[in-house]
Amino acid sequence: MSVNQDPTPTGVFDPTETGVLPAALGAPKRPLSDRIPVISHLKHSVGWQRGMLVTGLVLTGLFVLVAILAPWIAPYGYAQRTTDAGADFGTLQPPSAQNLLGTTVSGFDVLSRTIWGAQTALLVIVFAIVFSIFIGIFIGLVSGYIGGWLDRILVVIADAIYAFPSLLLAIVMAIVISHGQSTLWGGILAAAISITVVFVPQYFRIVRSEVVRVKAEPFVESAKVIGVPTLRILTRHVLRNSTRSVPVVVTLNASEAVLTLAGLGFLGFGIEATAAAEWGYDLSRSVSDVTSHIWWTAIPPGVAIVLVVLGITLVGESLNDLSDPRLRRRRRAAVAAAEQADAADADPVGTEPLGVEVSRAIGDAAAKGTER
Amino acid sequence: MTTVVEDADLASKPVRARSGGLWRYILVRFVMIIPTVFILVTVVFFMMRLTGDPITAALGGRLTPDQLAERIHEAGYDRPIIVQYLDYLTGVFRGDFGTTLTDHQKVTTILLQYGSATLELAFYALIVAFVLGIPFGLIAAYKRDRWQDAILRIGAILGYATPIFFIAILLKLVFAVQFNILPVSGRAGTRTELMLQSLDHPTGIYLIDAFRTGNMDAVVDVLWHAVLPGLALGILTAGVFLRLVRTNVIGTLGAQYVTSARSRGVGEYRLVTKHAYRPALIPIITLMGLQIALLLAGAVLTETSFEWKGLGFMLAEYLKARDFVAVQGIVIMIAVVVAVVNFIVDVIAVLIDPRVRY
Repeated sequence: MSVNQDPTPTGVFDPTETGVLPAALGAPKRPLSDRIPVISHLKHSVGWQRGMLVTGLVLTGLFVLVAILAPWIAPYGYAQRTTDAGADFGTLQPPSAQNLLGTTVSGFDVLSRTIWGAQTALLVIVFAIVFSIFIGIFIGLVSGYIGGWLDRILVVIADAIYAFPSLLLAIVMAIVISHGQSTLWGGILAAAISITVVFVPQYFRIVRSEVVRVKAEPFVESAKVIGVPTLRILTRHVLRNSTRSVPVVVTLNASEAVLTLAGLGFLGFGIEATAAAEWGYDLSRSVSDVTSHIWWTAIPPGVAIVLVVLGITLVGESLNDLSDPRLRRRRRAAVAAAEQADAADADPVGTEPLGVEVSRAIGDAAAKGTER
Repeated sequence: MTTVVEDADLASKPVRARSGGLWRYILVRFVMIIPTVFILVTVVFFMMRLTGDPITAALGGRLTPDQLAERIHEAGYDRPIIVQYLDYLTGVFRGDFGTTLTDHQKVTTILLQYGSATLELAFYALIVAFVLGIPFGLIAAYKRDRWQDAILRIGAILGYATPIFFIAILLKLVFAVQFNILPVSGRAGTRTELMLQSLDHPTGIYLIDAFRTGNMDAVVDVLWHAVLPGLALGILTAGVFLRLVRTNVIGTLGAQYVTSARSRGVGEYRLVTKHAYRPALIPIITLMGLQIALLLAGAVLTETSFEWKGLGFMLAEYLKARDFVAVQGIVIMIAVVVAVVNFIVDVIAVLIDPRVRY
């Protein structure tokens, strides 16, 4: 499909050649900081790209911190309608000393619900990603390695699901799992599983395309020849060399998970207000407030979503750019020397360039990732 | 997408091998729609049935168990699931998506009645997306890694990071409530609605219908109502387009023929808009095809936020009423639209660049 995504005609970096040096060949190990995805990316970034990555990391870190510390930070509980002394908050009260960001239509404290919402969002992200990584990588590995008709069918199914609006798929899943109404854990699991179904095809695609490439490598064949059991070949030789691009997709997916959860909540398929705080649900309740000049019920949960998605997306975008040699900014030292020379693109930056197939799969995931 | 068609710069590219190849490709690609739709119908149908029949879901608790059993029997939901599935499948291929449970309407009628509104909204959003996304994407690519690029990219990411319904709330808060210059919701004012309903054979696309009434006030009213929903849905898509254009144009800007064109004295403007942009169009268009899915999903949220009575709005309503037959029909219909649009996009990509072949 994408003709111009081929490497430049100079052939300076042919990903199929430079990208396949597996650790299994016994190459000297790079320092630890180079092998941990996000940290190695941070080390090799410069300029705006580093700024974006750092901003993203700070926002994401803040989000995780707020989510974990919610019980201590939040002034009240997420379903609390009265002060601890028992005085009613009242509904739709403007911001005051008692309720720093006012109260909602149901008489909840907006600030508290916004803080507690971080916890719900984090739980859903973690569950969704853990589920989809395990399922997606497993299916991708098996399908790519075994090949044949199973592989072909799975690819067609994955492509069909992949092209489908993910929010609608998540809605269908939410109906299936919980018939659309849920308690805290039920709701979180339902949302996570709904999002998982959307994500699995993405992991499947990137892992499978890598596996198909890796399994033809000499080191896999030699492993077969000396009689290494298939399971061990799969886990030791193929899997380890097929998951390089997963971190990028994880971050892209994490932000999509937040948006999908919010979308589900906005359409009334989230978690019940008394079971947990969920930003999308709170926003759906605030739509009618807006027309009567009430801003405080809408802005805080909305801004929370924006900041979290922004943070995670900035990390994901930066990782994506840094992993894609065509977009990677050259290191400062090389820039001065080799501004005109395209050769600078082959600059020895820690991360190996990804195969074209994989870059494309990630690019697609990036494009797809913006769907709600 | 007119710029797309103009790009028939075939002279510089390899000559087409066989003229029959094009038609064969289009035919094969068209036939491939069928398995895609088939898989989606199958997946959606079985998932929706996993937890029970739609009648219990919609009416359970409101009817006695006996009445419920009778309704279930009437609708045939007590037959083996595989029979129901085959029944539904034949229905879909004949264009029959079932009858809604709550208001006993043909799903097809709903699709026809409300589809046009969604189409209109998608059209406005696409205009916004093209007008904002492509020029800014070109600027970002040209000014790569300078401050202009940084600002544009952050803008694009912000556009993407903001849920549509939050954009909608913000737009409403500023333009409809604070400054009170644009309508809060709906597709037209009450007077215009009445005027449009009195037309014979309305197209359902309000802008066209308003022009047909010949009343300029109606046209203006319809356009005013379209501004905020169009922007809300368009901003998201514009961010995606910007990123697509930027990434791909950066790729072509580094190509040797661009350098050589520059050395021949081709102006920078022309360099970006012609030499770099046009070859970058193919991946851009292909990925834009994926955005149709995004646009339709976004339409669900946009329509709900603005009470824009299209398919998305109805989907949300039926979801609330727990009418899963209607939901299933609308979801499958959207799947068909996505599959067909992807087909069209692939064909356009081939027409532009004969190198893209299977």
